[in-house]
Amino acid sequence: MLELHNVRVYHGPIEAVHGLSVSVSEGQCVVLLGPNGAGKTSTLSAIAGVASSRGQITFNGHDLEGLSIEERQRLGIALAPEGRRIFSNLSVRENLLIGAATRTDRPGVASDIDYWFSTFPVLHERSDQAAGTLSGGEQQMLTIARALMSKPRILLLDEPSLGLAPLICKQIFALIDSLKAQGMTILLVEQNVRDALQLADYGYMLNSGNLMSEGDRETLSRQGASMSTLTGINHT
Amino acid sequence: MDYAIQQVLNALSFGAEYALLALGLAIVFSIMGLVNFAHGEIIAAGGYSMFAITSLLTGNPFVVIVGALLVAVLASVLLERVAFRPVRYADASTGLLTAFGVSMILQNLFLLLVSPRPIAITNLYFLNWPIEVAGVQISTLQVFETVTTAIAICLLVVFLKKSSFGIAMRAASLDFEMVRLMGIRANRVVAVAFAVSGLLAGLACIFIMARRGSVDPTFGFNPVLKAFVACVLGGFGSLPGAVLGGFLLGAIEVGMLVLLPQSYGGMKEAFVFGIVALILVWRPDGILSPAVEKGDKL
Repeated sequence: MLELHNVRVYHGPIEAVHGLSVSVSEGQCVVLLGPNGAGKTSTLSAIAGVASSRGQITFNGHDLEGLSIEERQRLGIALAPEGRRIFSNLSVRENLLIGAATRTDRPGVASDIDYWFSTFPVLHERSDQAAGTLSGGEQQMLTIARALMSKPRILLLDEPSLGLAPLICKQIFALIDSLKAQGMTILLVEQNVRDALQLADYGYMLNSGNLMSEGDRETLSRQGASMSTLTGINHT
Repeated sequence: MDYAIQQVLNALSFGAEYALLALGLAIVFSIMGLVNFAHGEIIAAGGYSMFAITSLLTGNPFVVIVGALLVAVLASVLLERVAFRPVRYADASTGLLTAFGVSMILQNLFLLLVSPRPIAITNLYFLNWPIEVAGVQISTLQVFETVTTAIAICLLVVFLKKSSFGIAMRAASLDFEMVRLMGIRANRVVAVAFAVSGLLAGLACIFIMARRGSVDPTFGFNPVLKAFVACVLGGFGSLPGAVLGGFLLGAIEVGMLVLLPQSYGGMKEAFVFGIVALILVWRPDGILSPAVEKGDKL
């Protein structure tokens, strides 16, 4: 479904990813692991069209080269970015509405908003409040819901657990798990190796813009010791 | 009492003009981070279109008004397309210099193609006649100007709160890239912002013209300078700030006219800007400056 072939990602003159190939097939949850500065976020940015890149990225047979951010989104690529980037000056409901900006079926949008409100009652309670007043975990839920409002074909999830309390992390991972069960294709970036690997069908381990290893859950788990040295996260 | 009511109306109508123009500047700035100094030339284009319509088509004031509004909107959207889109993602100072350049080019075009001298446009005088309400002499133009501005602001609020484009524009003022990641086309959001800005400039143009009765190449310079000050006063990038700044500036100007003795009349502007400076000492970012994102709670 999503194929990256020898992709190099640039931030201005600096090359952040040095030729990465990644493959995500339909319904899969694929995880990119690695420490800070490994190039995980850069890879997602390149797919979404936010960062400039070389190499080939194809999505459902479309070559993404030359396509703008909005054209890529309209093909069905949704990004829940690092740092969440909710529209803090809009209400919770408006954040969800704007997520569905490319849809034309108003009743469908309304029922999807109801669905998220029933999934996260706290978003319902605060539907007319400025989204900036939500807690970090609530904002993360809103970010994921906002990305899914467009009914994407793939969800790019960037460090959804970053900075959240363990209990909230658990909720977020449960949400990702249920999305996966519903058949959503997910490309997940995480530093929380243990939890991420429990969800993943396949994973790539990056460091300093290079691929260190790849494999299915078992393969990567076996290499866990080396990973914890890299990420600094102890996962016993 | 009469005098007080007249001066309040004066302040309101000046304030309304500044608020309309300041809103136009603020809408574009909030989304693009661009201070559009060519805004004055959009007003002038509206003024010249009145002259063109009157001399080529008809002197019917309603046709002239609608025509001027259309020309202002089109001029604004066209400027974005031709001049500002190529530098959209460039440094903010590039945009600022582009705006200055566009402003100079347009002023010189007016100068060369039309005339360096003021051109009289008198068919809007009908907006401006004195009436007596409850024994107080007032000008209808001031009433029209204040009421039109109030309606325009209300419609703008409804547009920004209720329409999907309005929501996208508010979101874009915070994080334009994230709006694009929602699949919303950047070009459309920007084009709508410039169209709204042009429409507000067109409205202001009608009232300025009804008061002055002539257009010259620097027609828009002074109004936009005042609108710029109003934006700074209210907090640049804040739409409520632009409205507040506009009306506050109008009030300060009329207040100075009333309070200053006749012999100091020539120093009115100096006193006005002095007060503005004092307000900025108190609130350096403007009175209603948008809250700065203090990083994310991570």
